Amino acid sequence: MKLRGVWAVFRKEFHENLRDRRTLLSALVFGPVFGPVLVAVLVQFLVSRAETQLDESLTVAVAHAERAPNLLAYLNAHGIDIVRVDLDEAGARRAVTSQQHKIILEIPADFGARLQEGQPAPVILYSDSSRAFDQRGVGRVRALVSQYGLDIAQLRFLARGIEPISVIPIAVQEIDVSTPSSRSVFVLNMMTYLVLLSMLFGGLYLAIDATAGERERGSLEMLLTAPVPREHLMYGKIAAAAAYMLISLVLTVTMFAVAISFVGLEKLGITANLGLRAAATMIACCSPLILFGSAYLSIVSGFAKSYREAQTYLGLVITLPTLPLMFAGMLGLQTKTGFMFVPFLSQHLLLTTVVRAEEIEPMHVAISVVSTLVYGALLTWLAGRLYRREGLLG
Amino acid sequence: MLEARDLNKSFGSVAAVRGVSFIARDGQITGLLGPNGAGKSTTLRMLYTVLEPDAGDALIDGRSVIADPLAARRAIGVLSHGAGVYGHLTARENIAYFGELHGMSRADRAARAAELIEQLEMQPFADRFAKGFSQGQRLKTALARALVHKPRNVLLDEPTNGLDVMAVRGLRRILTQLRDAGHCVLFSSHVMQEVEELCDEVVVITGGQVVAAGALAEIRTRAGNQRLEDAFVSLMNDNGGPR
Repeated sequence: MKLRGVWAVFRKEFHENLRDRRTLLSALVFGPVFGPVLVAVLVQFLVSRAETQLDESLTVAVAHAERAPNLLAYLNAHGIDIVRVDLDEAGARRAVTSQQHKIILEIPADFGARLQEGQPAPVILYSDSSRAFDQRGVGRVRALVSQYGLDIAQLRFLARGIEPISVIPIAVQEIDVSTPSSRSVFVLNMMTYLVLLSMLFGGLYLAIDATAGERERGSLEMLLTAPVPREHLMYGKIAAAAAYMLISLVLTVTMFAVAISFVGLEKLGITANLGLRAAATMIACCSPLILFGSAYLSIVSGFAKSYREAQTYLGLVITLPTLPLMFAGMLGLQTKTGFMFVPFLSQHLLLTTVVRAEEIEPMHVAISVVSTLVYGALLTWLAGRLYRREGLLG
Repeated sequence: MLEARDLNKSFGSVAAVRGVSFIARDGQITGLLGPNGAGKSTTLRMLYTVLEPDAGDALIDGRSVIADPLAARRAIGVLSHGAGVYGHLTARENIAYFGELHGMSRADRAARAAELIEQLEMQPFADRFAKGFSQGQRLKTALARALVHKPRNVLLDEPTNGLDVMAVRGLRRILTQLRDAGHCVLFSSHVMQEVEELCDEVVVITGGQVVAAGALAEIRTRAGNQRLEDAFVSLMNDNGGPR
């Protein structure tokens, strides 16, 4: 089989697209810069957030503070700043909803009286659980108020001559086994997702331009009269899109490594493993996906009659292979051998393993690489068949 | 030499070409004349191997487009309808790309591109990106691309569409040169005057069928008319008229 035509088409598409602003921007700028910068900014934000949250004095608004001076003194002694407010229930709800106050503690009128009588004394804590960042503060206030209650209970038992320990039959001791790296799941999920997406975007415009674009410009018909088997024309185009994807992949991973080294994940308690070796492993794990991705994009845009139509299809279609990743993120999937047969998901899991500085299973890598290459070869063959159809000319 | 042998092609339930046969000889310009939708383009597309006939065959210098499409393609140069060029390549690179697809060496395609640029008077825009080309410049580029491998047979689908007078005259001169060099030139048109001025032989197609073929003089005589336009109209009327 003579591959002269494949080479000629590859060279021309690669060369021509080097002059196309759209292709260059999407391959060399959008993916490789946007993703790493986004993650860097996000991490920076989390870092500053974590630093301030750790031992910062939390501010809590208290309605009718005069009804529980001892409780407030207790809270104050444990690093909580009290702001006295004068709000009824509706007012408190409004204030939390509008974020005027993040946490409001209301002391009901009968608080003191019930405490005196030894009845459970109610306090009301307003917060908005849909705001994840405030939940730590809410937990702290709740724990402190409970602790205050427990202290009072112990005093009461002591006053009645009962050993307080006997009324605490079970003591929960929490041990957090998350390693610094495993705490970074969210950031890492996002990072692998962006690496894979950026890789796809690298070849996106070339794939559109070489198929739907060529058809729209009216040069496809003349190309088909060249003495080259039609499937070879398609193989050349797929190879060119793959080349841009490879460039985009290498750039993106490199930029991530650089960006992460700048923001300093250690402050987040994350030791990200993104040295030269890890970056090289990541690129190696992802590269089999390039053939799959470029054939996939070329097939979809090969069906489109115009550039615009192809863009519409691809906007939707480009997210399809990344769906397993979202599920993986939401369900917290563990690496299993079966998942290694799923393109994109297997690469995602391998990347995550690498970044977490965990041991990668050679068998997993082998399955992922071989199965992804087989799917890619199948899609490439399918794409070649597509170019033999007459309907292609529209 | 191009030979259509009882070509048939349908798209769905529409029979676009129904039993078209004709011969276009070397050293002649043959015109494929017919109204819009007559089946001219479909016939040409079967001849230049982009469409496969449902029945019948076409021979390019004796080689079947069905049995050996690659050999047939090597013997033809094609200017398809509205032929597009690659905007991010220069005219010269556009030509060289097709040379490469035809398996020419780097030196050969550079030399041939220079030759064509000279021959088609493309020097002023040869090294500019094709993006901003005028209709005429685009046509010349596409034509040079079609001629890069010195094909014996040249097929052009409505080449004068959208060209101004000067560009049409230029094209006419090039086609005459090709004929005089012994090439077989086949082009389609719905413009009577063009065919009248250029062609040695005419094939009149309507409703997917050949209704007349031969030298211009013969056709006029057959239709009993002196002007080709009148002859054309009477041929249409005899055959149920244009669709």
